[in-house]
Amino acid sequence: MERKGQTKQGQRKVRILVAKPGLDGHDRGARIIARAYRDAGFEVVYSGLHQTPEEIVQAAIQEDVDMIGLSSLAGAHMYLFPRVVELLKEKGADDIVVCGGGIFPQEDIPKLKKAGIKEIFTPGTPLKEVVGWVEEHVEPRQ
Amino acid sequence: MFKDKVIEKIALDAKKWQQVHQEAVAKTPERLRRFSTVSDYPIDELYTPLDIQEIDFTRDIGFPGEFPFTRGVQPTMYRVRLWTMRMFAGLGTAKDTNKRFHLLVNQGQTGLSTAFDMPTLMGYDTDSPKARGECGRCGVAIDTLSDMEVLFEGLPIDKITTSMTINPPAPVLWAMYIAMAEKRGISRQMIGGTIQNDMLKEFIAQKTFMLPPKPSMRLITDTIEFGTNEVPRWNTISISGYHIREAGSTAVQELAFTLADGIAYVEAALERGLEIDSFAPRLSFFFNSHLDFFEEIAKFRAARRMWARIMKERFKAKDPRSMWLRFHTQTAGCSLTAQQPYNNVVRTALEALAAVVGGTQSLHTNSLDEVLALPTEEAATIALRTQQIIAEESGVANTIDPLAGSYFVEHLTNDLEEEAFAYINKIDDMGGMVAAIERNYPQMEIADAAYKYQTQIDSKEKTVVGVNKYYTEEEFPVDILHIDPELERQQIERTNQVKECRNKGEVAAALDRLGEAAQGHENLMPFIIDAVNASATEQEICDVFRDIFGIYRDPGVY
Repeated sequence: MERKGQTKQGQRKVRILVAKPGLDGHDRGARIIARAYRDAGFEVVYSGLHQTPEEIVQAAIQEDVDMIGLSSLAGAHMYLFPRVVELLKEKGADDIVVCGGGIFPQEDIPKLKKAGIKEIFTPGTPLKEVVGWVEEHVEPRQ
Repeated sequence: MFKDKVIEKIALDAKKWQQVHQEAVAKTPERLRRFSTVSDYPIDELYTPLDIQEIDFTRDIGFPGEFPFTRGVQPTMYRVRLWTMRMFAGLGTAKDTNKRFHLLVNQGQTGLSTAFDMPTLMGYDTDSPKARGECGRCGVAIDTLSDMEVLFEGLPIDKITTSMTINPPAPVLWAMYIAMAEKRGISRQMIGGTIQNDMLKEFIAQKTFMLPPKPSMRLITDTIEFGTNEVPRWNTISISGYHIREAGSTAVQELAFTLADGIAYVEAALERGLEIDSFAPRLSFFFNSHLDFFEEIAKFRAARRMWARIMKERFKAKDPRSMWLRFHTQTAGCSLTAQQPYNNVVRTALEALAAVVGGTQSLHTNSLDEVLALPTEEAATIALRTQQIIAEESGVANTIDPLAGSYFVEHLTNDLEEEAFAYINKIDDMGGMVAAIERNYPQMEIADAAYKYQTQIDSKEKTVVGVNKYYTEEEFPVDILHIDPELERQQIERTNQVKECRNKGEVAAALDRLGEAAQGHENLMPFIIDAVNASATEQEICDVFRDIFGIYRDPGVY
């Protein structure tokens, strides 16, 4: 049977960087998501904690990922998330899809989306939905 | 607990009852295929004296204030003095938090508890490039002694105790507090409070780290030694299970890893040459109170008994106070839901009740909006009122350890103790907690438990009301506390002003002396106090440590 992460016959697996920007140390969510992606058949790189947006973008390019999943639970998302998108643009790598998860006040969500974060996942989202979104929206880059 | 004859009779009756029960279940099946605690610990349909046959009342339960302290560390407990209602607060600048502190004290709060922002927690000043966008977001920003003075302005710090949730830079913030008190004419012998200062659980769970484990242990041991000799009313460490649980551990893992951390700190202090009974009475603990009511109560009771046994049997403590496991509790932030947030008031009340029945010394109750942002004043007040209702209306504080003797609770207390000791033995075999952390052992055990719990929620094996059951499309708007991004600029300006006014030569000399001492074996606390008195910033002091000891990097395992 074809594995979920392997989108089409012969195509390589979707590669995802799960990243923790900023000084926030809450990594329970990020690590669970990394496992869920891995169990779904994606290739996963986990950045570890305390990464600057610059470090995250550099890792994404080096690891040739198709998507970055950002996690933030300490309130600095309005600076950190858009900064990642901005840096991807600067490096000409804005075909890398960026999504985010964590704790966000409701009114920040449309602002983040407007800044180029494709989707925002809030607490309580089932893993199936998080994985399903990738299957639907992310293709291996050419 | 019971005579053999009595047990025989109960065993016979229990067999009969089991048959009746099975027949009934054959007709109408039980609600769930399997009953288990929030930690997935299996629970039977009924407990009887058969489940606590092994218990010896004197050896295992006893009296409050007496070994093994299962029933409480003091003989009087809440009939003389209620637990300290200590609400964790910190937001924006020192001035903002000072205002919140005054509000809480005026509302009847009996102890202060400070939350710092991420840069402060990690040992960076607000103007560090690493701190961009973080100032005041999840606590108060403190860069210099001057901020510390503003933070506690007008508050009676000679009368109320202050807890500071700070870890890698704990010696620096503690030094600022001591210096601030002394500037107000209050001696270091007079002040009381707690610094969290528990780095092992940072490596395991909360992940605010700065230095590698070994130099981290040195700094902690310095504070324990300094406190023992000079600041006798201060708890120099709060050995914390809270964050271990928040990271997704089970109740047993929280218990085991916390006490194993405690063992590591005691061993380090003994190695330093301190006498066990000179410092052990000032060790304090901090636990989570999660939603599984009886499991939590059993956990608190088991924790007290285990620590008493560890201190007496393993470390040969003589002073009963060395055997006391005194603990602060916070209700489980991870149990709150962003969906239908008003339900969080009820969750918090249940968790707080478990903490009180479990005999906590102090308690923070989460606000209903903390899953979304820092709490508003209104939400924080409801959370404090929850404690006051438990204390003064519910009647649960009328008698000591009310659930002792419950077949279920005593059995569960025993089981948790047994399983936690099995973990502790395993960690001992690895060479202790520092070695276990270096192998990522506790980190991976917790990650496994967290993942399992998430899959149980996804499969609806575990219910979260409003999330995987009883959900509504309806939105429940709550007011959110906003932190003005402008604060960052103001705070940077404030710190710049302090830097301009201070004596630069004095700062450089103090930092040099600190660096020299750090390379040797002297206790660093006096050098840190000198540096903060010279208005060295938090980061300047931490940079000295980082330069000498190196930086710890997250291994990024999942």
